[in-house]
Amino acid sequence: MSTTTDQSASHRKPIELDRVVIRFAGDSGDGMQLVGSRFTTVSSLFGNDTATLPDFPAEIRAPAGTLAGVSAFQVHISDHDILTPGDAPNVLVAMNPAALRANLPTVADGGTIIVNVDAFDERSLEKAGYHSNPLRDGSLSSYSVYEVPMTSLTMQVGKEAGVKPRDAERSKNFFALGLVSWLYNRPTEPTLDWIARRFAGDSLILDANTRAFKAGYNFGETAELFESTYQVRPAHAAPGIYTNVTGNTALAWGLIAAAHQAGLPLFLGSYPITPASDILHELSKHKQFGVRTFQAEDEIAGIGAAIGAAFGGALGVTTTSGPGVDLKSESIGLAVSLELPLVVVDIQRGGPSTGLPTKTEQSDLLHAMYGRHGEAPVPIVAAMTPSHCFDAAIEAARIALAYRTPVFLLSDGYLANGAEPWRLPDLEELPDLRVPFASEPNATDDDGNPVFWPYVRDTDTLARPWAVPGTPGLEHRIGGLEKSDGAGNVSYDPANHERMVQLRAAKVAGIARSIPPVEVDDPDGADVLVLGWGSTYGAIAAGVRRVRARGLPVAHVQLVHLNPFPPNLGDVLGRYRNVLVPEANLGHLARLVRAEYLVDAVSLTKVQGVPFRAAEIEAAILQAMGVAAGTEAGAGDQIADVAS
Amino acid sequence: MTDGAAPATTRKDWASDQEVRWCPGCGDYSILAAVQMLMPELGVRREQTVFVSGIGCAARFPYYMNTYGMHSIHGRAPAIATGLAVTRPDLDVWVVTGDGDALSIGGNHLIHALRRNVNLNILLFNNQIYGLTKGQYSPTSEQGKVTKSTPFGSLETPFNPISLALGAEATFVARTHDMDRKHMMETFRRAHEHKGAAFVEIYQNCNVFNDGAFEQITGRDHRAEMLIPLVHGEPIRFGAERQHGVVLERDGSLRIVEVADVGEDALLVHDEHRQDPGLAFQLSRLSRGPFEPTPIGVFRDVERAEYGDAMTQQLLEAAQRKGPADLAALLRSGGTWEVVAEDGARNGH
Repeated sequence: MSTTTDQSASHRKPIELDRVVIRFAGDSGDGMQLVGSRFTTVSSLFGNDTATLPDFPAEIRAPAGTLAGVSAFQVHISDHDILTPGDAPNVLVAMNPAALRANLPTVADGGTIIVNVDAFDERSLEKAGYHSNPLRDGSLSSYSVYEVPMTSLTMQVGKEAGVKPRDAERSKNFFALGLVSWLYNRPTEPTLDWIARRFAGDSLILDANTRAFKAGYNFGETAELFESTYQVRPAHAAPGIYTNVTGNTALAWGLIAAAHQAGLPLFLGSYPITPASDILHELSKHKQFGVRTFQAEDEIAGIGAAIGAAFGGALGVTTTSGPGVDLKSESIGLAVSLELPLVVVDIQRGGPSTGLPTKTEQSDLLHAMYGRHGEAPVPIVAAMTPSHCFDAAIEAARIALAYRTPVFLLSDGYLANGAEPWRLPDLEELPDLRVPFASEPNATDDDGNPVFWPYVRDTDTLARPWAVPGTPGLEHRIGGLEKSDGAGNVSYDPANHERMVQLRAAKVAGIARSIPPVEVDDPDGADVLVLGWGSTYGAIAAGVRRVRARGLPVAHVQLVHLNPFPPNLGDVLGRYRNVLVPEANLGHLARLVRAEYLVDAVSLTKVQGVPFRAAEIEAAILQAMGVAAGTEAGAGDQIADVAS
Repeated sequence: MTDGAAPATTRKDWASDQEVRWCPGCGDYSILAAVQMLMPELGVRREQTVFVSGIGCAARFPYYMNTYGMHSIHGRAPAIATGLAVTRPDLDVWVVTGDGDALSIGGNHLIHALRRNVNLNILLFNNQIYGLTKGQYSPTSEQGKVTKSTPFGSLETPFNPISLALGAEATFVARTHDMDRKHMMETFRRAHEHKGAAFVEIYQNCNVFNDGAFEQITGRDHRAEMLIPLVHGEPIRFGAERQHGVVLERDGSLRIVEVADVGEDALLVHDEHRQDPGLAFQLSRLSRGPFEPTPIGVFRDVERAEYGDAMTQQLLEAAQRKGPADLAALLRSGGTWEVVAEDGARNGH
């Protein structure tokens, strides 16, 4: 509040920034997720590259004003291609003391803090665990702090709109959005249009939210509180049509696209579970695509129904998170034995047990790989970014359909809720996933009559025929009992069992022949390779950029296929002196590549429920190179500015 | 998938080439025979028929039917069959299950399939014992039952499968037994005719681990006095001379009486189509177990929207409302912008 300027900030030329990380934080009920995602959308429309990190508690409404109830949304906007939601926010919008206290440790040194000063009363400070007011005790002296009476100003405009005082206060998130929109020179029309559409059913709330948004924007312009506004120019992106998409939405659309490309109806059997439920919600909306969604009585019924649908000739899918995978394991084994196509989507979250329902982790890889009794191999595909969930879903469906096998599709909480701009694919370029149903007998019985044998295999893929009920002459029985090679009748023959185990293993291993070789990002001929999988893509790629910005060579491979591995992976790993494997678990992929390729891979692990930061990857790479991260004081900051 | 009337078949056409491997004397044989004999009469096609089972002795059933079939995992058949039935309304889907499979490990799936009214014919072979695992008590075993796992007697109150099904909002609930092929075939025929979930409990003798469990009521010499046939629209009477009957007391309870004492007009007239399942539930409680006069036949047969039909209807309505499926429009549904050149000029949409 101490800052005064001769000239209103609005009359000045905005200060150009190449990137900024903003974190909106408030109570769970304050609408921070909504504000964050609106700011993201507007920034994307404006042309920035964006990446987001929603961060909210498992409790729907923890007690107001407490640390447990703080919900935050971090967005990184940039004039260049960015890969992560940013390591440290440059701006923190804190709607109350708890939001300040919970998020202050993440804010960049010298960062900007905008607080709703109305919420800093004694009781709220106490609830947040403050013994003195941080706005007054000098503890924030290394930040630029702006105190804005958001609640009272919002209530004032709400009163003008005729809203009850209690309801008027609820629009304060739009005030905050308006203020930040002004500060970063965002266009207002998209937000005002959105408010008009979203609240079309309630003119009073529409009016209150519109007024609050405008009040926030105008406050910035007229209050002479801020020295300047900031401008983040549009990024240079490849030509095309773009949309902003979260991982779960992209995954749902990918499943619809896969069914479309396969010419099959899509069936989803699912039980609600965080953070996977949004896929169920999204698919439920698109019945015009022939999508049948079945909210089952439990996780087991979800996958069971998907298996039944697959038997009938549908693309069967089940979606869940780790606890649900535990429950589905027996059914996945059944699908391995039945050799029917099935996509099992696991949106990973922190474990064990209920663990951290709303936080991200990559700790289900070994579960997907080995989490069944018996020899039960299952292919695994992992998505790298929110928009890549679309491609990963299509790839998982491709493998499932072509090889008649259950396939794990791994995403995680970070990808599920995170959003990024996505250049829409050319639908003509999507792969053809059609597979023929069996229509004719494929064997002869002892009397020379034509018969259908359900376990006669394709010589190339080793897939068995997919003969759906309704096809005359192909009546057959399948089940979880071991069956004879070819005829498929129940068989307890020792040699047959071993042959079937080997055939199922060979079928899954053979998928490698259909997978493109991994691309190695290694422009400079490095000694150190960073090997990642899934959602660590952004942080690893950003960390690698930072290292290269220091003039040091480093290579990067990000795996999408975890089982089987791409055919050339062993050769690639053998070319590097050091292989560093960052994972949000205790070293699953590192174990797999060590076992498979006898490579001395070094694990970098993080299990805090939050994604890696680029700086952490950078430090680990430097350590692997024998370069101390802190040797060039200050260099890191500069590098951070050019290469996140 | 196939048009026109089904070709005439015989029992033999419905039997697979697999050797039936139940214990000699098992009640499952007669149930299998009843189903294989009924199929030609139903005028259905083998390729349109699917038997889905879980685990247990009964669950081997699909292997012996020359139809499509799946022998799945313990308790899950109703869930698997649900996925099949709702995506393939053209099929005739049967679930074969047992008391352990349907009422213990798979209890959840059974009640929800019934509640949703999925178009399934569910045949529950109730032998009040675990046979495949060699003789442990089941959720329908009587209290005090001495088995391998209850050497001092079972402590548990058994489920009454008919009561359970009625409580789970089942639209078709019936009971039959393995000693009466004609009654089985008639009951299965009724189940097949019913649109929605049809639940049939079959008292089935396990001659190895629980021999004679139903002998007191289903034995040839006892049936007339111990089985109460339920016939829609008729007074509920039983006995060799039809001398016994069931009356509804003023307090709402049911009681077995001598017809001679009360007169036929006082007897309860069975109404399968009664929407309120209360009376059917009362009938299911008339007997405390297979040692007292026990009703058999159709307890309840009411109409309610079938789940798969309703789901298909929603799809059709969505297609009408939103027009044909358009993948390109879907990907643009969240708002788009266009980057026209490398300088980043954009147009929002």
